Amino acid sequence: MADDTELLELPLGDWHRAKGARMVPFAGYAMPIQYEGIMAEHLWTRENAGLFDVSHMGQLILSGDNVSEALEAMVPGDISALKEGRMRYSLLLGPDGGVLDDLMITATPTGLYVVVNGAVKHQDIAFLSANLPSTITIQHLEDRALLALQGPKAVEALSRVVAGVDQLYFMEAGIYLWGEVPLWISRSGYTGEDGVEISVAAEHVAALADALCVQPEVKPVGLGARDSLRLEAGLPLYGHDMDQGTDPVEGNASFAISKRRREEGGFNGADRILRALSEGPARKLVGLSVDGKMPVREGAPIFAGETRVGVVTSGGFAPSVGAPIAMGYVAAGHTGIDTPLEAEVRGKRVGLTVAKMPFVPHRYHRRAK
Amino acid sequence: MTRYFTDEHEWIEVDGTSATVGITDYAQSQLGDIVFAEVPAVGAKLTKGGDAAVVESVKAASDVYAPVSGTVIEGNDALADDPSLVNSDPEGAGWFFKIELDDASQLDGLMDADAYKAFVEGL
Repeated sequence: MADDTELLELPLGDWHRAKGARMVPFAGYAMPIQYEGIMAEHLWTRENAGLFDVSHMGQLILSGDNVSEALEAMVPGDISALKEGRMRYSLLLGPDGGVLDDLMITATPTGLYVVVNGAVKHQDIAFLSANLPSTITIQHLEDRALLALQGPKAVEALSRVVAGVDQLYFMEAGIYLWGEVPLWISRSGYTGEDGVEISVAAEHVAALADALCVQPEVKPVGLGARDSLRLEAGLPLYGHDMDQGTDPVEGNASFAISKRRREEGGFNGADRILRALSEGPARKLVGLSVDGKMPVREGAPIFAGETRVGVVTSGGFAPSVGAPIAMGYVAAGHTGIDTPLEAEVRGKRVGLTVAKMPFVPHRYHRRAK
Repeated sequence: MTRYFTDEHEWIEVDGTSATVGITDYAQSQLGDIVFAEVPAVGAKLTKGGDAAVVESVKAASDVYAPVSGTVIEGNDALADDPSLVNSDPEGAGWFFKIELDDASQLDGLMDADAYKAFVEGL
C-alpha cells in the first residue's frame, strides 16, 4: 500500500485535487487528508457542515430468504427486529468473537444494506461469502460513491438540494430523488454531529458534491478532521481501537449487543462475549484526558505507577476540546472514571485521567421515544 | 548573518559562532496546524543530523534535526504557550533553539536560500 503507483482512485479523486486537497494513501486509495487545514475543517464541521468523501467504504446488499437471521450468526445485534428504513451499528465477529469489522446495517426493500470499512472490505466480503448460507446473495455496489454531510447545518443545507430529507431522524434512511438521480440517504455519520450519509451512483457524485458545496454552510473536509471529530465523539476507529484481537465488550461496544441476543446467544464468540458481559472484561477501551499540551498518540504505553496497565490506541489534539485527548485499552481495576494514570512519550511520563466519552457531546437528531 | 537550509527543511541563521534554528515555511505548510513543540534543554549537546526537537501537528509528531553539531544555548520558550507561531512565523518568531557551533565547517554542505528554493520546487 505504501507504493503510490498502486493506489486506487476514488470517483471524486480529481474533484478533491481541484479543491486543493492534499492526497494521501488510505485503505489502498488516494484520499484527501485536508484542504485548508485540519483544525479549520474540524471546527467548521462542528459549527456548520462538512462534506466527507467516504467512497472507499464498502457498500453491500445482502439478500435472500431469512437474510437477517443468517447474518445474526456473525453479528450480535437484533437485525431481525430492524424495520424497513431503520439502521443499526453492529460488529462483524470472527469464530472466536474477535471483531473483524464494525459496520452499519440498514433494512431496505431489497435486502440489508451494509456499509463496511474500506481497509477490510474485501476480507469482510470473503468472510461473509464463506459463512453465510448459499441462499444469501452478496452484492458489492462498487459503482456507488458515498458522501457524508456532517454538522449542525448539514440537513438544512441538504434540504435545499434534496426535498424531504429533514423528515428523517437519527439512524433512519430512505430513497430520495435529486432530479432524476436516486439517492439512498441515512441520517447517520461518524462525527458525533447531526448529519447524513448519501449513497449515489459514482457517475453523479461530482455533480452532487458541487451542488452541496455551493451551499453556504458546506465545505469539503478531509480525513484528518474526520479522525479528530470521531475521536472527540468517542467513536472507535477499526484497526486501531478495535481489531480481531478485541471482543465487543472490551471494545466498549456492549451497547451493540442487543437484549434478545444477550438472552439467546447464537452468534460467533457468544460464550466468551456473554461471559465478559456478566463478569466484566479483563481490559476495556476507555477515554483519556491528557495533562498539558503534548499529544499522546497510538502505541504509547500506559502505566499505573511502575506497572504497565495498557496502551493508547488513538490519540491527538482535540480542536473542539482545545487539548490533547486519547483512547486506549486499560486493565480492569484501572478503568473507573477519574482514575489517574500515566503514559510514556519519548521517555517521559505524561499524566492521564480516565474520562467519560464522548469528549464532545453527541448532537444527533433522535426521534422522541 | 547568513541563513542556510537543510534537505530536512530546517533553517539555520549563523551569527559568529552561534546560530538560530527553526523549520522552514515549506515544512510548516506540509505539517499543517502545529499544536505542540518541544525544544531542547539549554546545555544539550546536539549532533549534526540527530534529533534536536519535536513538532506535533494535529495529525502526527515529527522530529526536527540538528543542522550542525553544537551545544544548545537557548530554547524558544514562547512555543510552549503558542506553538502556532511555527505556522504563522516559521522563519522568525517561530524559531526553535539557538546553538553554539562545534565546527563551522559543517555549514559548508548546507543550501543557501536560492538552492533551497530550487530544492523545494523540485519536490
